[in-house]
Amino acid sequence: MANTAHAAEPAGETRRDFLLHSTVAVGAVGTAMMIWPLISSMNPAADTLSLSTTEFSVAGIAEGSRIIVVWRGSPVFVAHRTAAEIDAARKVNVSELRDQEKDEIRVQKPEFLIVSGVCTHLGCIPLGTKGTDPKGDFGGWFCPCHGSQYDTSGRIRLGPAPKNLAVPPYKFTGDTVLIG
Amino acid sequence: MSTEKSRLQRVFEWHEARLPLVGFIDHAVGTKYPAPKNLNYFWNFGFLAGFMLITMILTGIFLAMNYTGNVHMAFDSVERIMRDVNFGWLIRYMHANGASFFFIVVYIHVFRGLYYGSYKSPREVLWWIGVIIMIVMMATAFMGYVLPWGQMSFWGATVITNLFSVIPVVGKMITTLLWGGFSVDNPLLNRFFALHFLLPFVILGLVFLHIWALHIPGSNNPLGIEVATGDKIPFHPYYTAKDAFGLGVFMLFYFGMVFWFPNALGDPVNYVKANPLVTPASIVPEWYLLPFYAMVRSIPNALIGVAAMFGSLIVLFFLPWLDTSRIRSATFRPIYRILFWVLLLNMFVLGWCGAQHPEGLPLILSRIGTFWYFFHMFVLLPVVGWIETPKPLPASISQPVMPAFKPAE
Ligand code: HEM
Ligand code: FES
Repeated sequence: MANTAHAAEPAGETRRDFLLHSTVAVGAVGTAMMIWPLISSMNPAADTLSLSTTEFSVAGIAEGSRIIVVWRGSPVFVAHRTAAEIDAARKVNVSELRDQEKDEIRVQKPEFLIVSGVCTHLGCIPLGTKGTDPKGDFGGWFCPCHGSQYDTSGRIRLGPAPKNLAVPPYKFTGDTVLIG
Repeated sequence: MSTEKSRLQRVFEWHEARLPLVGFIDHAVGTKYPAPKNLNYFWNFGFLAGFMLITMILTGIFLAMNYTGNVHMAFDSVERIMRDVNFGWLIRYMHANGASFFFIVVYIHVFRGLYYGSYKSPREVLWWIGVIIMIVMMATAFMGYVLPWGQMSFWGATVITNLFSVIPVVGKMITTLLWGGFSVDNPLLNRFFALHFLLPFVILGLVFLHIWALHIPGSNNPLGIEVATGDKIPFHPYYTAKDAFGLGVFMLFYFGMVFWFPNALGDPVNYVKANPLVTPASIVPEWYLLPFYAMVRSIPNALIGVAAMFGSLIVLFFLPWLDTSRIRSATFRPIYRILFWVLLLNMFVLGWCGAQHPEGLPLILSRIGTFWYFFHMFVLLPVVGWIETPKPLPASISQPVMPAFKPAE
């Protein structure tokens, strides 16, 4: 190959260093700016986000029964609680719970519990909505996957799940509920 | 600096001794690849083609994450990409305009080879792989254009797949096989999606063979003569820097189109959903296929027309033998140099004709153009090679600029 060695360069930063570093810097920023839209395109699209509210009425839910509504593609439990169920939820000594929350802050109207239907362990849907379902020792929900048990406030009481069933953001307008 | 090896250096060497990944790259496009020192910017286009291939594969994968290959949903899924998917417009415009720029780059790359005689011995196999890449690219681009399932997608697919029906005896069987039915419909869209996803990776594999074949003789050069070892410089940093600069200039044009004229090269009719019962007023392929489309339409016999179109590509495989001159670079071939420019002009004329209705002047011109293409290949190339008196070749690539310099062998 041709003699490519060049005369001894002056010590310290040279013009060549400057050009190299600025080129690499611009190239790196440019590449990052290209990766960002590509990754971003994998996040929920506008039409997916527009599906992110759900509206339903609690008028038809008899006392003591439960329904499931779908919000963002996942189930939400809606329970019309009996006085006994409310009482059971409120009697519990909060300091004994794994995820310490009072029933009062988990509901807007005591007779309607609205919680996410996704087990906080690994995402299965706990049983307990249908009358024939097992409800666990605490009268709430029982997860068939690894046996987590939730009480009548949707709080974790037994089994591997770390957290209570989450309360989604919702608003009552008369009997109508808007989730999301 | 201490001569002691750092821990990192030792880990690196341990790994290199077992799988010399970095060494491989260094030999392919690094300090261990000696390249002629007189390469001009036309030698940038192989690298640019590689850049476009990577760009197409990347944007394509993200498009495929949101695309649906079904006749009822394809068009809407593309509109959703344009309107709802985050940056979907950018990814799609980069892919669609990327196809055009890929062809611009590859066509310049090929005409570079024609001008400087890069297809001649000992680079025939390298050239063949290039021709195969170009043909596979055309197939890939055609199938990609069918995917959005607009009017031009549908009718383009109908016309092109029907080209095969003119083949005697088996023609109809071939079209039925391509369609998976009795017309262009869902089965075709499905398989085109699968193939359009696959072929770029086939091209990627071919590019590796292409680079491998390039490294056996090494790069040709603008003078087309053998290069002494003393006249070579390492690819890195010299040509990596030059390629990087070329890439910057190229991206100004590419992204200029993507951001300011994203639909300039596309046909507005393709924003109308496919309708199997209504043919649009004129069916034209994308610009990069127009010269070949003009050839097909210039000949009144369907079979010969199709044969001419495929033949115009097949003939390129035989170029190393059709061209009887042993002088590579057109710089030293006074007659061939003129023929080269006439051939290039001829491609543009054919391209223009391909976009017009085949009647009157465009029809006459496309007949002359098609005739000239084959006349150039089969008659002029061999004859000119025999009768032409080339200009004297320099003794080395240094000689024209540094007459006193004697490069080491
Ligand atoms: C996907 C498309 C292609 C890619 C990525 C690609 C890549 C490359 C690269 C990186 C080089 C070395 C740099 C250079 O000389 O420019 C090269 C050289 C070459 N390519 Fe391609 N190429 C492609 C298509 C083609 C086609 C379609 C042909 C011809 C029909 C072709 C013919 C050649 C020849 C003859 C050389 C050697 C040129 C010389 O040394 O003078 N290539 N290619
Ligand atoms: S997912 Fe419910 S207990 Fe494991």
